[in-house]
Amino acid sequence: MLKHCLQLPMLALMWGMLCTAAQGLTVWDDRQQPVVLAKPAQRIVSLLPSLTETVCALGQCAKLVGVDRYSNWPESVRSLPRMGGGIDPNIESIVAQKPDLVLLAGSARGIERLQSLGITVLSLEPRTHADVQRVLRTLASSLGLSQAEAEQVWRTVDAGVQAAVQSLSAQARLQRVYLEVSPAPYGASESSFIGETLLRMGVRNILPAAMGPFPQINPEWVVRAQPDVILAGDSSRQSLLQRPGWSQLRAVQQDRVCVFSQDQADVVMRAGPRMAEGARWIAQCLNRTARGVP
Amino acid sequence: MKPRWRVLRWSLALLLLGLLGVLGGTAVGSQGVQAWWLGSPDPVVHQIIWDIRLPRSLGAWLGGALLGLAGAIAQGLFRNPLADPYLLGSASGASLGVSLYVSLLGGSVMALGWWPRLGMTGAAFAGAVLAVMLTLFLARGVQQTLRLLLAGVVVGVVLGALASLVALMSPQVMQTMQGFLLGSTAFIGWSACGLMALALGVCLCGSWALSRVLDALTLGESTALSLGVPLPQARLLLVGMLSLATGAVVAQMGLVAFVGLAAPHAVRSVVRCTHSGVLLLSALTGAALLLMADVLARSLTAPLEMPVGVLTAVLGGAYLLWRMNRLAGGRS
Repeated sequence: MLKHCLQLPMLALMWGMLCTAAQGLTVWDDRQQPVVLAKPAQRIVSLLPSLTETVCALGQCAKLVGVDRYSNWPESVRSLPRMGGGIDPNIESIVAQKPDLVLLAGSARGIERLQSLGITVLSLEPRTHADVQRVLRTLASSLGLSQAEAEQVWRTVDAGVQAAVQSLSAQARLQRVYLEVSPAPYGASESSFIGETLLRMGVRNILPAAMGPFPQINPEWVVRAQPDVILAGDSSRQSLLQRPGWSQLRAVQQDRVCVFSQDQADVVMRAGPRMAEGARWIAQCLNRTARGVP
Repeated sequence: MKPRWRVLRWSLALLLLGLLGVLGGTAVGSQGVQAWWLGSPDPVVHQIIWDIRLPRSLGAWLGGALLGLAGAIAQGLFRNPLADPYLLGSASGASLGVSLYVSLLGGSVMALGWWPRLGMTGAAFAGAVLAVMLTLFLARGVQQTLRLLLAGVVVGVVLGALASLVALMSPQVMQTMQGFLLGSTAFIGWSACGLMALALGVCLCGSWALSRVLDALTLGESTALSLGVPLPQARLLLVGMLSLATGAVVAQMGLVAFVGLAAPHAVRSVVRCTHSGVLLLSALTGAALLLMADVLARSLTAPLEMPVGVLTAVLGGAYLLWRMNRLAGGRS
């Protein structure tokens, strides 16, 4: 009898746990920590442009109530309240928006502060194609969408990348490439999502995967490697030619340098749903330089 | 009027200023003016005031007090009006400690609970002690002002460079440290306040107890020794408190310049008293200074926010320049 008396509360407890698990929604962040949401997120603050774009690609733009100062696509997010950036998130503005989910990069500041204020935080930082797919799935779950919807968006992105890959001429595939993401200079290696796109194109990257996805490089490395093509963002335009030895680079002398405009660079360098468009910009550049037409 | 009464009156005035600052600070932020005394039924406004602005204002006050106290201890201990947690290299040492700690913890740094936060303070403290010891060793004691300052600058630059090197190794740490270099009170919660209050209590009581040593030191080292002051032990304790104060602040809010240098100067230009008074008043002045700078940093560019470290550097620099000019003018 006593045994039964003890069993009953135990059963009740387990049933209770099962019920809460069924009501709540558990997703996993980049550190493999579970993040529990009471219900699908309705008011979202995103502090990383690629995450903002992913939410919108899932058709849930209307659920964003605040973004970081760098989020600029799609057009509709430009009118949303700005909440600082990854290094200096404005805690007070975020709390004032009463979000039920805050999305940010793993390296962002203030995660603990937001959590201690009772805000659900999901840290995601896509760096590879697989990451982009995983982030799509994770965000779909937290928004209460089915995995099929996430897969559909991913298939469109992937098909777009594939189309860009196939648009490359045979001659263009023979080139060796250096792609610079910021003028510090940081480059995109083979292990970054840009590097993976280049690999799929069959183009060789002068930065090997072992250097990490976006390594800070010594300018000398590029001079030694003599890439056939240099791709860089608008922010590198000024400094590129002033680096010692760079004006003598073959790519520079034969005008095989593609400098993306600020808007194009945003597309190329964000690991998000616009990856296919970024791949198209890269392919366009490589086809042009292979033809030798400036 | 007796110096003791003067100190008491100034202390009360500064405490009142601090209290007003904390109260005023709860009303100012990126969301405009919302004061608790107006009352608002909205729970979010309640949360913004009690869990964000209040700990933040209190944290700025506590941090400023620690920096002011550290400055007063350093200037008394080294008999040097230019000694300050930054010029002695202890702030760079503390930031090296923090960056090593952050890189050891890797990606999970930002999920800081109570214990990791305590660990971070410990790392900053250890770094600060190391830096001050190194400065003292290189300067071969405190006798020569110039040598001490040069050693402090060298240690500061080298340890600062090492901290940058550690940060460069991993982009994750780099972003954290980048934010850290722009001292900010924006992330201070109640646990950080608790830690700083604890450190302030320890440092204030300890340095108060040793204030007679600092008084004796103003007469010169040999006089102090002939007065029967146990100099080596007292010095070690004071260095420990200086480092604890610096480490506690650096671990919670990053690098905030000039408060430690300016506060004791401001005190000495107004009140002439023994070190027990200077220590207390410097802490209270530093507290009021940083708190007011923080409220300014919040409101000047609202709804955006300026890192408070940038503001104190500009204000503190301007103040010292003005003092320097006035002193030079007086002499000529």
